[in-house]
Amino acid sequence: MATQHSRSAARLMMAPAVVLLLGWMLIPLTMTLYFSFKKYLPMRGGDLGWVGFENYSRFLSSSSFWPSITATLMIVGGVLIITVVLGILLAILLNQPMWGQGVVRILVIAPFFVMPTVSALVWKNMFMDPNYGLLAYLWKFFGAQPVEWLSQASLPSIIMIVSWQWLPFATLILLTAIQSLDGEQLEASEMDGASPLARFGYIVLPHLARAITIVILIQTIFLLSIFAEIFVTTGGAFGTKTLTYLIFQRVLESQNVGLGSAGGVYAIILANIVAIFLMRIVGKNLDA
Amino acid sequence: MGRITLDKVRKAFGDIEVIPPLDLTIEDGEFVVFVGPSGCGKSTLLRLIAGLEDVSGGQIRIDREDATELPPAKRGLAMVFQSYALYPHMSVRKNIAFPMKMAGVPHDEQERRIASAAKALNLTDYLDRKPGQLSGGQRQRVAIGRAIVREPAAFLFDEPLSNLDAALRVGMRLEISELHKRLATTMIYVTHDQVEAMTMADKIVVLQAGRIEQVGTPLELYNTPRNKFVAGFIGSPKMNLIEGDAATQHGATTIGIRPEHIGISAESGLWEGVVGVSEHLGSDTFFHVKVEAVGAEPLTVRASGEVSLKYGDRVFLSPDMKNLHKFGADGLRI
Repeated sequence: MATQHSRSAARLMMAPAVVLLLGWMLIPLTMTLYFSFKKYLPMRGGDLGWVGFENYSRFLSSSSFWPSITATLMIVGGVLIITVVLGILLAILLNQPMWGQGVVRILVIAPFFVMPTVSALVWKNMFMDPNYGLLAYLWKFFGAQPVEWLSQASLPSIIMIVSWQWLPFATLILLTAIQSLDGEQLEASEMDGASPLARFGYIVLPHLARAITIVILIQTIFLLSIFAEIFVTTGGAFGTKTLTYLIFQRVLESQNVGLGSAGGVYAIILANIVAIFLMRIVGKNLDA
Repeated sequence: MGRITLDKVRKAFGDIEVIPPLDLTIEDGEFVVFVGPSGCGKSTLLRLIAGLEDVSGGQIRIDREDATELPPAKRGLAMVFQSYALYPHMSVRKNIAFPMKMAGVPHDEQERRIASAAKALNLTDYLDRKPGQLSGGQRQRVAIGRAIVREPAAFLFDEPLSNLDAALRVGMRLEISELHKRLATTMIYVTHDQVEAMTMADKIVVLQAGRIEQVGTPLELYNTPRNKFVAGFIGSPKMNLIEGDAATQHGATTIGIRPEHIGISAESGLWEGVVGVSEHLGSDTFFHVKVEAVGAEPLTVRASGEVSLKYGDRVFLSPDMKNLHKFGADGLRI
C-alpha cells in the first residue's frame, strides 16, 4: 500500500510531531549549552559576556560536586534495588488467587497516583516527624528513642519515600509479566522435581528478565532527576543534595545561570554514562 | 516397573464432579490411550495420575505403593505437555538436563544420558539451540527427550501431537510407538483423536463425562463396542446408527452397521436409497446414501477402489447381517 504518494503524505503528516519533539529537545539543550559558556547573573548585572570553560571548571571544583554525584547514584541504586526486589515479591503475591484481588491490586497501585510533593510531605509530617510522626509513636511504644529520620538517616529516608512511590510501577509491570508465564512450564518444572525456590530461580526469574530490564531503564531515567522529594523534605541538607538539586541551587538560590547550565551539561553526561552501563548490563535482555 | 492402579478415584471442582469414582488398572509396559470427546475428563484424569491435581477421593497406587499424597516429582512419572512446556531461555541441552540437575544426577551421567537421548531422537545437531529456533516436531522431540532422561516408571502424554500438522503427526505417532516398543515402559496417552488411539494403543480407555465407557484393545472396541457411545466414537468414518422400524425388526432400539459392512449395488438390495455426497480417497470411496426406510440421516457406505456413482443416482444397499451391532433402550449392547 505504501505508494510514492502515500509515503510523502505520511511524511507531511508526521512533520508537525517531529518538528515539535525536535524543538522540545533542541531548544533547551542549545540554550543550556549557550548559557554554560557565559557569566550570566540575572539579579547582579545580567549577561556579563563569554567566559569559556570557567563555569565547567568551577562547577567541578566545587566541594559539593562529588558528594552530589554520590548521593544521586546512591538514591538511584537504592530505589532500584528496593523496588525491583519488593516488586517481584509483591507481583508473585498479587498473582495468587485470593479474595478481593481486584481491590487489593488497585490499593497497591494507588501510591503511584500521589504527586511526589504530596507524598513527600505526607511522609515527612505524618510518618517521619520525630515528635508526632507514626514511626515516632512506634519507636516510643517499644520504649526506644524516636529517630530523627530526615536528619539522622536522611539518605535512607529519601530512598524509602521514593521507593514507596515507584514500587507500584515496578509491581504493575512485573505483575503483567508474571501473568504471561505459561502455567504448563511451571507444571513441567514441578514434575521435573524443581523445588519452589528452584522454580523461581530457573523459570520465573528468567521469564521476568525483560520486564525487570524495562523497570530498571525507565526508573533510572526518572530517578536521576528526582527533585520534589528532596525539596520538601531536607531541602538538600544532610547529604541529600543530588546533582539535580545542586543545579537548582546554583541557578535559583545563587542566581548563577551560567554555572547551573554547566551543571546541566554534566547531568547530561552522567545520565549518558549511567545509560551506557545499564544498556551493557541489562540491554541484551531486550533483544529477541 | 510402572503398574498404575486407580481405586475409586474421584475428582470434583467445587460442586461439579468431573470424575465420578473410577477404577482402572494399567499394567507395566502397557501403552494405554485415554480417548473421549472434549471435556470428558481425560486430561484431568492424567493430571490426577501425574499429581498436578489433587484427588477428591480414592487412591492412586504406583507399583503397589500408595502415591495419592505424593508430590508430582516423587511419583517417578514424566509428562509431555500439549504446549511442550519447554523452558524458552534454556538451550535444548539444558532443557533435557533440567530434571537430572534437579535430581542431582552426576555430571558425566547427565552427559551420557543427554547424548543417548539426543541420538535416539535425532537432536544431536540441535543441542545448543534455543527452543524458539526449533520446528514443532523438534520441540516435541525435546519434550520427549526431557522425559526420557528421567528414566521414569511411566510416561504421560497430554495430547502431544495436537499442535503439529497432519503429515508430522503421522510421523511422530510412529516415533512414539517405536519408542514404546524400544523402552517397554508404561505410557499413558491422552487424545481426542480416535485414529491416534486406534493406531498406537495396547489398551484404549474410552471416557465420557468422567465415566469409563469401555476398556479394551483397539479391535475389541471396534468389533464389540459395549454401548452406543463407544460404537459411534470408535471408527472413522463413524458407524451408522439406525433407530426406528429397521431396528425393531432386529429386536433392538438401535442397530449399528459400519460403512464397510454395507454392500452397494445398482440392481438389488435390502434398502433403496439416493446417493448424496461422495468422498473419493483413491483406495476407498465413501458414499453418503439417503435411505427413506431408515430415517433422515444419510448412511455412510464404503466401497473399495473407484466406483462411479453420481450425485442423485438410485442405489440399493445390503447390510452384512453378521456384523450388525444391536443396542437396547439403555444404549447397551445386546
